[in-house]
Amino acid sequence: MNVNQHTPMAPPYGQPQPSYGQPGYGQPTYAPLDSGYPAPYAPHNGPASAYHPGIPPQAPPPSSQPPTSHYSAQPQPSYSQSHPPASSAPSQLPPSSAPAGSQQYYPSSAPPSQQPISSLPPTSQQRFVSPGQPQHTFPPSSTSYAGPAPPPTQPASTPVTQTQPPFHPHQPPFSSAPGGQPPAFTTGPPPPAQGSFPPQAPPPSSQPGSFPPPSSVSSGQYPSSMPPPQQPPQSQPPTYHPGPPPPQAQMPPTSIGQSNHQPPGPQGPPSPTGPLQQPPLQQGMQTGAFGQPRSPQPGYGGPYQGQPNYGAPAPTPQAQKRLDPDAIPSPQASDMPPVQKSRHRIDPDAIPSPIQVIEDDKAKTTEPFTTGVRGQAPPLVTTNFQVKDQGNASPRFVRCTAYNMPCTADMAKQSQVPLAAVIKPLAILPPDETPPYLVDHGEGGPIRCNRCKAYMCPYMQFIEGGRRFQCSFCSCVTEVPPHYFQHLDHTGRRVDCYDRPELSLGSYEFLATVDYCKNNKIPQPPAYIFLIDVSYNAVKSGLVSIICQELKSLLDHLPRENPEMDSVIRVGFVTYNKVLHFYNVKSSLAQPQMLVVSDVSDMFVPLLDGFLVNVNDSRQVIESLLDQIPEMFADTRETETVFGPVIQAGLEALKAADCAGKLFVFHTSLPIAEAPGKLKNREDKKLIGTDKEKSLFQPQAGFYNNLAKECVTQGCCVDLFLFPNQYVDVATLGVVPVSTGGSVYKYTYFQAESDQERFLNDLRRDVQKPVGFDAVMRVRTSTGIRATDFFGSFFMNNTTDVELAGLDCDKAITVEFKHDDKLSEETGALMQCAVLYTSCSGQRRLRIHNMAVNCCSQLADLYRNCETDTIINFLSKYAFRGVLNNPTKAVRDTLVNQCAQILACYRKNCASPSSAGQLILPECMKLLPVYLNCVLKSDVLLPGADVSLDDRAYLRQLISCMDVAETHVFFYPRLLPLVKLESGALPVAVRDSEERLSKGGVYLLETGLHLFLWVGASVQQELLLNIFGTPSFGQIDSSMTSLPVLENPISQRLREIIDSFRAQRSRYMKLILVKQEDRAELMFKHFLVEDKSASGGASYVDFLCHMHKEIRQLLS
Amino acid sequence: MTTYQEFIQQNEDRDGVRFSWNLWPSSRLEATRLVVPVSCLFTPLKERPDLPPVQYEPVLCSRANCKAVLNPLCQVDFRAKVWACNFCFQRNPFPPSYAGISEVNQPAELMPQFSTIEYIVQRGPQTPLIFLYVVDTCLEEEDLQALKGSLQMSLSLLPPNALVGLITFGRMVQVHELSCEGIAKSYVFRGTKDLTSKQIQVGRREATRHPSLFLQPIHRVDMNLTDLLGELQRDPWPVPQGKRPLRSTGVALSVAVGLLEGTFPNTGARVMLFVGGPPTQGPGMVVGDELKIPIRSWHDIQKDNARHLKKATKFYEALGNRSAANGHSIDIYACALDQTGLLEMKCLSNLTGGHIVMGDSFNTSLFTQTFQGVFSKDHNGDFRMAFGGVLEIKTSRELKVCGAIGPCVSLNSKGPYVSENEMGIGGTNQWKMCSLTPSSTLGIYLEVVNQHNAPIPQGGRGAIQFVTQYQHSNTQKRIRVTTITRNWADAQSQIQHIESSFDQEAAAVLMARLGVFRAESEEGPDVLRWLDRQLIRLCQKFGQYNKEDPTSFRLSESLSLYPQFMFHLRRSPFLQVFNNSPDESSYYRHHFTRQDLTQSLIMIQPILYSYSFHGPPEPVLLDSSSILPDRILLMDTFFQLVIYNGETIAQWQKAGYQEMPEYQNFKQLLKAPQDDANDILETRFPMPRYINTEHGGSQARFLLSKVNPSQTHNNLYAWGQESGAPILTDDVSLQVFMDHLKKLAVSSSA
Repeated sequence: MNVNQHTPMAPPYGQPQPSYGQPGYGQPTYAPLDSGYPAPYAPHNGPASAYHPGIPPQAPPPSSQPPTSHYSAQPQPSYSQSHPPASSAPSQLPPSSAPAGSQQYYPSSAPPSQQPISSLPPTSQQRFVSPGQPQHTFPPSSTSYAGPAPPPTQPASTPVTQTQPPFHPHQPPFSSAPGGQPPAFTTGPPPPAQGSFPPQAPPPSSQPGSFPPPSSVSSGQYPSSMPPPQQPPQSQPPTYHPGPPPPQAQMPPTSIGQSNHQPPGPQGPPSPTGPLQQPPLQQGMQTGAFGQPRSPQPGYGGPYQGQPNYGAPAPTPQAQKRLDPDAIPSPQASDMPPVQKSRHRIDPDAIPSPIQVIEDDKAKTTEPFTTGVRGQAPPLVTTNFQVKDQGNASPRFVRCTAYNMPCTADMAKQSQVPLAAVIKPLAILPPDETPPYLVDHGEGGPIRCNRCKAYMCPYMQFIEGGRRFQCSFCSCVTEVPPHYFQHLDHTGRRVDCYDRPELSLGSYEFLATVDYCKNNKIPQPPAYIFLIDVSYNAVKSGLVSIICQELKSLLDHLPRENPEMDSVIRVGFVTYNKVLHFYNVKSSLAQPQMLVVSDVSDMFVPLLDGFLVNVNDSRQVIESLLDQIPEMFADTRETETVFGPVIQAGLEALKAADCAGKLFVFHTSLPIAEAPGKLKNREDKKLIGTDKEKSLFQPQAGFYNNLAKECVTQGCCVDLFLFPNQYVDVATLGVVPVSTGGSVYKYTYFQAESDQERFLNDLRRDVQKPVGFDAVMRVRTSTGIRATDFFGSFFMNNTTDVELAGLDCDKAITVEFKHDDKLSEETGALMQCAVLYTSCSGQRRLRIHNMAVNCCSQLADLYRNCETDTIINFLSKYAFRGVLNNPTKAVRDTLVNQCAQILACYRKNCASPSSAGQLILPECMKLLPVYLNCVLKSDVLLPGADVSLDDRAYLRQLISCMDVAETHVFFYPRLLPLVKLESGALPVAVRDSEERLSKGGVYLLETGLHLFLWVGASVQQELLLNIFGTPSFGQIDSSMTSLPVLENPISQRLREIIDSFRAQRSRYMKLILVKQEDRAELMFKHFLVEDKSASGGASYVDFLCHMHKEIRQLLS
Repeated sequence: MTTYQEFIQQNEDRDGVRFSWNLWPSSRLEATRLVVPVSCLFTPLKERPDLPPVQYEPVLCSRANCKAVLNPLCQVDFRAKVWACNFCFQRNPFPPSYAGISEVNQPAELMPQFSTIEYIVQRGPQTPLIFLYVVDTCLEEEDLQALKGSLQMSLSLLPPNALVGLITFGRMVQVHELSCEGIAKSYVFRGTKDLTSKQIQVGRREATRHPSLFLQPIHRVDMNLTDLLGELQRDPWPVPQGKRPLRSTGVALSVAVGLLEGTFPNTGARVMLFVGGPPTQGPGMVVGDELKIPIRSWHDIQKDNARHLKKATKFYEALGNRSAANGHSIDIYACALDQTGLLEMKCLSNLTGGHIVMGDSFNTSLFTQTFQGVFSKDHNGDFRMAFGGVLEIKTSRELKVCGAIGPCVSLNSKGPYVSENEMGIGGTNQWKMCSLTPSSTLGIYLEVVNQHNAPIPQGGRGAIQFVTQYQHSNTQKRIRVTTITRNWADAQSQIQHIESSFDQEAAAVLMARLGVFRAESEEGPDVLRWLDRQLIRLCQKFGQYNKEDPTSFRLSESLSLYPQFMFHLRRSPFLQVFNNSPDESSYYRHHFTRQDLTQSLIMIQPILYSYSFHGPPEPVLLDSSSILPDRILLMDTFFQLVIYNGETIAQWQKAGYQEMPEYQNFKQLLKAPQDDANDILETRFPMPRYINTEHGGSQARFLLSKVNPSQTHNNLYAWGQESGAPILTDDVSLQVFMDHLKKLAVSSSA
């Protein structure tokens, strides 16, 4: 966040500051802050202003409130905290103990009190500065400041100086203490840090006080800087320090330091450049970064100003002491100097960093994750780890928002933490993990509880010597069938416990009997039908030939159970424009036959025999067909298309063949031809932002809803590939795919040369991926909770059965749970997800995933064992569904509100008492604000001017079936600096902010949908040569979609990295080259989610401030 | 003076006309008293190898509502170069091209021997013939293969420039596109939905934009189409047990008609429908697909139990009329053991002049040869078929036209020649025959309108002109004009002459057509009663008898056979539905109303030949007494050819005598009827069912049901006699019939 960088700014600001100072500040402190924004940063400030309207205007600052808000901006807080302590240093140190739990960002509130302007600033600065950097910064800064800020800050300066000393000492610790602390929290640690840092370990100890060890660790609380700042420090320390600090500290510091120094002078004007450079530094270690590096970031400057105030309050220190645990800052106190700067902005490095958290988790995860321990949260989705199934489903199948569920509905309501699980029933496991075993219980079918019908699982209790078992979901006692009987050992477990997957594992499959089949008939093997638009647009863009060409080879890779065998899936082909063309490709024919159906008003299938065929039998005919299709329509003039009848046709074909299956529809335009499901163009951007906006997400008419229902009944899954050149109404066209468990792929302005690769890879994957058909999913839970809501691509006829015409390995379903009774801590909460489906070989199976979580009566336990990524997954799906029925603004407000409540509840119930001005976040949720901000800024909830309605609808639908890993990277893109590629390990990602980009660097950014390669304007020639084979920045062809194959380690490694990224995602990412200051950079910047967005989305810092304000309001 | 027999024969040979009366009663009153109306059987395209067509346009009367064609009956003033119309008496100048006309230099149309003359006219573009095959694919594999073979064969018979099209149907209807290379393309329509509306429009638009899509010159697509036919598969949709295959005949026809309607209106075209069963779905459905509900029988129809009958009939009638309006004819080739819905579909062919062929299977020579017969060629190598015929009749002012019965539809041309009194298809003097063959024969019914008090001068003659415009199978437009004349006779003074001018054969057929026409819309017994009454009245009028003395009853030679014809007509399948399915009745009636006189007579009264060692083959009475053990009988009913070996002959044959050299003569005897039968088989269209049976054989029923049951189990005197074989029937014999007739004729109360 913030912070002090501004110091540097001072110069530029200097001028402004003065002005502020004079006016506002009388209360110097604030004034300066404000001033900071206006000038150079103005642009950035923009957002900031949004949040704190009052703030920017210097005037407000004066008022006590404003300051608070600003400060609340907290940005600094966290850091500030740590730092603040600095100021108070001594005191803080002690506090440092406050390790764990919550890191406090800042003591925004304090500011007001801190009338002593001078004093205030320092504090804030301190915080930011806190870590190592401070030192560097300070010196320069101080000097620099002196210049610019002088007038107002002066007072601060003094403190600074003071702080400095401490810093130095601190620094060492930091550096030494590799501990992750560096991050924002560093602040926390600092206090102890100085003392404790090195021993970060200590944090734990400190933690004890506030939080349970683990939790404490995890939860970085950012003490708000404010006066309390000092306090925060206490708690913070432990957490933050852990990972990052050491190295980072060093790195950043230096660079930072420099930057800082320089900035003062040059920065002012070249604000952008400044930031850029710095970023690299910061990237290294945010921890270190806190104060200094960030400073460059113009935007932040503003907000932080408040912080300074914090610094001022000497009293805080005391408080901190109390808080010891969290309060880290003390050391930084020395930052004093920076403080001055800090006033301007919150140090971005001081606020919780996603990268830091991710890296910490990676570092922490060294052992395989075993699922046997109830209530244990798995490693993050960004971490590579191995899973050992010991009775609970692997996190690859099931991830929960909370691994400790509140025992009562009241608690749940109070905390507002959503209780949900994201289930990916057919997820593919890495090669080193065993896929679920297939269990056959014989003719009687799987053994189930008599009452609730739960399937046999490790939670079942065998009693009476093994003759009966008691269901742990509903407590009903059921006889064990004779053929399943087994004796129990002395512990009451069956002796064959470990021989049977269903008694020892969390995930396994049952072979279903005929009773589980539709109409009590063993299902036919499924069929794939390809429906290809052959209207003018499709032919002209080359799409038709591409598809036909690809299908020829693709058909050999249809999913199959046994790789040795041929797939039993049958295929059929249809082309269409205003009429439909079916093809008879019966193996006995010499040539395919085309059957045209022009009666689209009442669709039917013109042939049965010969439409769906086995690929191998009819290979000749199929190839002949695929050769001829592009020719046949080469001269077409038909531009109109139908859509409803196309799906109907596929559906009818499956009905006629009496099987389930999947339709692959390749479609180009809005279906305006006279036919059922005809659509009209309703693109009306004027509705955006109005109460009617929701109608844009709703499908036109009910035709497609009904059609979807029919499809689901038949087990007809629809995958839609769209190639629009204009509005096609994705909201409506997507209804059927989304309701049938299918996917929508969209290639706007499809061009053969540039988009072919992406499309073909998507198609290949889509055709080949494992999939189940005609699936029904049911989630059973133990008494006390109940699955109440479901999100994803499916259809529900009643409130319990999730029906999926098709379910592939990439689809996740988010399930929300609500209490309907009390839970007990002993038994925990159990859930069993059973998916009945038809495998690609036509076998009927049941896949079972069992999950047990703990129940807690202490809110702290809840907060200590939850997973932010999963929560975000849930919240985003919830919000994205919400826009269907509510004004977008209301949805956004609801999100912010819920998030504030979650955090406020924590603050109120779990964090050690501290000043209200402190922002204290639970360790597990310290990223909630940043991620939530990303959700709020997404195109769906906050569209920019250039985002089409189709794109919004598309994204909205897309999110609904994403798993946690996908939503994570979607909302918080991965930004990799391409440095040290030779080493083999992936470079550590940097935060999604423009200021982290170095002009001299090359960066790779991936969102799961997009892949950008950003090239800085002054990148080294050598790097250019290695990557692009050209020495000049100007010669890079920005339209290239793949990198040249060059025989050097860097090029190879980079391409490997790109390939591996693509392999990780369910959709192929086209590589887009972005040259700095190129027009395309706008699009790229859209994904720098920590920055203020062009569409008006807040920057991270601003949002954090805003969130803090909300929390404070809730608390007061 | 020749006999009337010769006169009649001569007229038929020259003009293709047979009148019931060859002298016409001169007043309306007298005409009605003659019972049998003044009427004729007219064969418009009677083959006249000796008549070369002339290459110019006919000269027409200039009066607007006359437009009669210059003919030998017209008075010509060679000096003034004018001619007087013999119908309206308008004087017309000859056109300039006739400038050189004189007594010795007359155009053909003025010569008496050219009372029938044919003009070739150059009018409009010549359009090639169109053959659209509509093929049912719900057939047994064998049948389908045979049908495919026949169809492929037929392609070789078509003129190279003929346009062909192919529609196949089963559960769906497929219109095959013939132009595309490589991939066989077809448009598919659902069989349950009538496409009169939009969908056809789509197809039509498509078709008009690319007229070549569905109808292609045979020389271009010969190979393609042959392959296509070769690859034709049985309808792939599964037929559950207890169900009939779903057959969308109605929609298929609708599509066919719509296709031609949109692309080639008023062009000669044949839609050839091949079906192997009844339509079971969609419009035109005749029976549901449940096998447990049998297709309607006469019994059902009489009980008003035929659910789909009315609706289907209405549908096909509408379709037939549409097709007729566009000048396209529809053939139906129905081969199945059960009924195929001909009753409902017959109007398609009846209205458009198409053929109906009914057989048991496509895999029989009956079908293959009949189908080949459709494409038979005359001595010029042209098809014996013509298209788009329009027959117009002009009469002297003493006559008016009541109507016509035959394969035609009314063109609703009202005019001075049209009588208010309708008989058959009336109210017009123009009829359209979408397709006609040299044997197509219409029954034309006329009315004498001259009032009794305005006698026609002695020696006055009446005239009738038949103008037939048609498209020859070589695509030429032609006009054939036949002008005939007959003398008027005063019925009071010249009744003897009139009686002797009676053509009882023609009269029998004409009356039979009236009867059949009535039978289509009336109850069977009513028609029989009507026929009986006509017969009685005729006998009363012309018989010589003493009142109340049946034994005194005599008929003159010219009427002597007439009652016998009526007797057999009453027993014929045209009026009797017993033992016939509705389809068979429709089939028989269809052919009866279009064949020429000879064939029609055979239908009414089958011919029976006897072969024996006692002498050369001889025709024998169609009587049970003709069935003798030492005879081989050959019966020709038109629809069946029955060879019946008498009891002794059959025993000899079983004993194998024909194989022994010393019994060569027996072998020859056996062979003789077969040779004669083959002669008939080769010329007859449609090919009759050929039955070779023997005494006691089950198929002998065909013979036994036809012969006059002079000996039955009822008349004792017949028992044990050597001659003939008793027939187990309650039908009255000719003898009984005649006795009744006499009794009624002489009765004053009748």
